[in-house]
Amino acid sequence: MKLDELDKRIIACLQGDLPLTKTPFADLAADLGITEKELLHKISVYLESDIMRRFGAVLHHQEAGFSANAMCCWVVPEELIEHTGKIMASFSEASHVFQRPCYPDWPYNLYTMIHARSRKILHSVVKQMSLQTGIDSYRLLFSKREFKKTSMKYF
Amino acid sequence: MINNNASSKINKRERQLLDLLQTGFSVSSRPYLTAAEEMNMTEDDVVEMVKNLRSKGVIRRIGGLFSARKLGFTSTLVALQVEKQWIEKVAHAICSYPGVTHCYERNHFFNLWFTLTSSDRNTEKKILTEIDALPGVEKLRNFPALKKFKLKVNFSFSEDSTD
Repeated sequence: MKLDELDKRIIACLQGDLPLTKTPFADLAADLGITEKELLHKISVYLESDIMRRFGAVLHHQEAGFSANAMCCWVVPEELIEHTGKIMASFSEASHVFQRPCYPDWPYNLYTMIHARSRKILHSVVKQMSLQTGIDSYRLLFSKREFKKTSMKYF
Repeated sequence: MINNNASSKINKRERQLLDLLQTGFSVSSRPYLTAAEEMNMTEDDVVEMVKNLRSKGVIRRIGGLFSARKLGFTSTLVALQVEKQWIEKVAHAICSYPGVTHCYERNHFFNLWFTLTSSDRNTEKKILTEIDALPGVEKLRNFPALKKFKLKVNFSFSEDSTD
């Protein structure tokens, strides 16, 4: 989908925070100088074309009670990547599951971001993932400090 | 029973609303009225609850989550090995790039991890070269995604039975 200047202005608004009023889209449309109907139509086009993955509330996981957050990296034989990736993706506690390149001093090739209410629960989720996939070589990296967490401003 | 302070700050109704606002936000004229009808509440009460959840920091924002790739951008995950005494300075330098959206210190010899979104691979390369040259940076590893199995950042409260 080709984006024109209006699309970029709309996306610049939608990547931020919706005004907290009863008619947020009408208010946003007024700021953009278009009608509410036009804006709602644009959003449905973005959603249909997957430019927008979803529209809704984005939470701070710590404040929402998911205090244990970790990246778990797995060593998966190439021929098992597809199968393993799908099983890992089926865990509701896993938000991101990606295959990434490995290096001689870094053999991990499958990455999962896991969120849980406690470290104890998180450890048991990882154990379940390992049991269900048969992959027992992994490294669990907890976040010690958060320096930045924001949404991308594209335009 | 492990229950931390943060989760106990949110009551059952709020959790139901958070589920709804994350996965079923109505893109329509009166989104909070739609939510109110589903929750058996008034629109005013829903707006009030959303305001409250936002001021408590539970809701970061309400808006669109865009696909970097579909917008023609490129993104990657990068790991750094940074000398301990330099870690804060390096982290702050990295965070000053608008394309750096996440930056965490982790317990490994790769002790600083960040995600970088750029308009194209050349820009990405230029930024990574600059970061690699920062004092204290001993090693930089780029981990661009080869395959996406899942990207779904929402937190479900529906299996939660605690009040």
